[in-house]
Amino acid sequence: MIAQLIVDGIMTGAILSLGAIGITLGLAILRFANFAYAELLTVGAYATLAVVLAMGGTGVPIDPFSFGAYIGLALLVSLAATGLAALVGDALVFAPLRRRSAGPLVLIFASFGLALVVRNLVLLIFGPQPEYYSRELQMAILLPGDIRLMPDQVVVLAAAVLALGALWWVLNHTRHGLAMRAVAENPGLAQTCAISPKAAIRVTWLITGVLGALGGTLFGLTVQLRPEMGANLLLPLFTAAVLGGVGSIPGAVIGGLFVGIAENLSTLVLPTAYKAIVPFLIMLACFFIRPQGLFGQSR
Amino acid sequence: MTGLLSYFIFFATIASIFAIATLGLNLQWGQCGQFNAGVVGFIAVGAYTQAILTVPANPEFVSGIQLPFPLALIASMAATVVIATVIGLATIRLRTDYLALATFGIAATIQLLLMNLDPVTGGGRGMPGVPRPFAFLPPLSFAAIYLAMAGGAMILSYVALERLVRSPWGRVLRAIRDDETAAASLGKSVEAFRLTAFVIGAAFMGLAGALYASFIGYVSPFDFLPIMTFQVWAMLIVGGSGSNRGAIVGAFLVWALWSLSGVAVVSFLPTRLQTQGGAIQAIMIGTLLIGTLILRPNGLIGSDARPGALTRRKLRSLKQNGRRT
Repeated sequence: MIAQLIVDGIMTGAILSLGAIGITLGLAILRFANFAYAELLTVGAYATLAVVLAMGGTGVPIDPFSFGAYIGLALLVSLAATGLAALVGDALVFAPLRRRSAGPLVLIFASFGLALVVRNLVLLIFGPQPEYYSRELQMAILLPGDIRLMPDQVVVLAAAVLALGALWWVLNHTRHGLAMRAVAENPGLAQTCAISPKAAIRVTWLITGVLGALGGTLFGLTVQLRPEMGANLLLPLFTAAVLGGVGSIPGAVIGGLFVGIAENLSTLVLPTAYKAIVPFLIMLACFFIRPQGLFGQSR
Repeated sequence: MTGLLSYFIFFATIASIFAIATLGLNLQWGQCGQFNAGVVGFIAVGAYTQAILTVPANPEFVSGIQLPFPLALIASMAATVVIATVIGLATIRLRTDYLALATFGIAATIQLLLMNLDPVTGGGRGMPGVPRPFAFLPPLSFAAIYLAMAGGAMILSYVALERLVRSPWGRVLRAIRDDETAAASLGKSVEAFRLTAFVIGAAFMGLAGALYASFIGYVSPFDFLPIMTFQVWAMLIVGGSGSNRGAIVGAFLVWALWSLSGVAVVSFLPTRLQTQGGAIQAIMIGTLLIGTLILRPNGLIGSDARPGALTRRKLRSLKQNGRRT
């Protein structure tokens, strides 16, 4: 029973990790708590759905999974579209505010407004009902210890691990990654080294948008799509980022896994209805005990 | 004609109630720079306390205390003060964006509790039968009397807050908002001032919630969603944060736009799309808010957030006169 909860927690945690990286990079480089970030997960998930619907489904299911090969194509389109959407959002809302050198609180507030607009646009276009990429049935894999795992969940975990590897490579082995890390560390100093903070901000939006699209699609694959899915993930994502330490990518991954597992284990002691409070309690505890997070430096 | 009049009275009553909450937020944000992202949580605490204290006996939830309306109002404010003090003590040291996260989470938690603590709150079905004062009068007279009460409460709140922000206490608040370190170096206890402002602001939100509960006669967790926080925020930003008059103007203006767009949705949209009319309203209010932040950051009547800042007008007079005015 406990083993099953932990395995389910790791699955949720892997998706949370992807989103938490987006949040933590945003906090470190854009320097404000972006409440609209979780909506990028919604946008990504629904962009994948739009392509799937346009193609009339995900194609013939690949045994033992519930989806066909077309979902890969849909995901690629969604990654590009969501990265673009993140850039457009920045250009329309945050860039004008930065130009006016508005404080971080104004940016937070604008992100609230943007989140509201995006979520309701999705609601308007796709309707309030839950959606699925595929309604095919799949057989659970039985692991030792009476743990049940859906084949789709294995794909989710593999995709998340692959994405983390790719991100690590981008940040450590490309010019853009280096520029991002430099701006996160010290924008002024980065600028004197001929690194444009504007370019670094654009790359950040693009990368976090792509991560969001992947996280959202994976969430849609294993749970379901709803217009408010991003909004419901907001507190878990921020908790994972704060717990891991702002700016720390390994921290965001561990934070995501921790929140995912804790949420699932909480059902042992709390009624399921209160599961949603757990991330928030972790966040509060973190604020008091270790505000800089597990891997963050205190500023 | 009566239809239009009663609609107007209904509109003005709700707008006045929103204005009280917006005035409370103005004390927290406009005067003290505290980002409270959980406004709706405090409104809900006020509304539910009012409901629990006045509702006649009902086996489904805590009830039957049947306190008279004015006493219940005071008790609802007191309950909000208690909750806000606990929350304030826990969060007052947090950085601003962490305070935003914490208050956002608190509002979500309060909503979850309202939803699931059935024996206290009636759960998802809410609490029906909250007595409305003077409800024995014909509907139009009831509405008019309630508007007088809500409007009176709004004016009282305005006067009280105006006196408060013009007092030495209010000056310290603005000093803290503009430069915390400088205020602390003058021997002002930043935390004590911020906590007091947070709690007093929340008390007005509780009052708004209580007036709302007794006006509608029914409370439900679905009436206290995060969208309400957005609405109150939009009212303050559009009206102009820092100004109490701005808070009231913003509340009436944004609520007018919200209501009119609601009417437009019902009259012009095909029935098929009407269920999603709320989405159109939300998109509109979100766009209005972002637009105000970008195009008119001080709102309609707002005071300049940074008194020393060079606005375009100041800059022009600076060029003409060679000195800062």
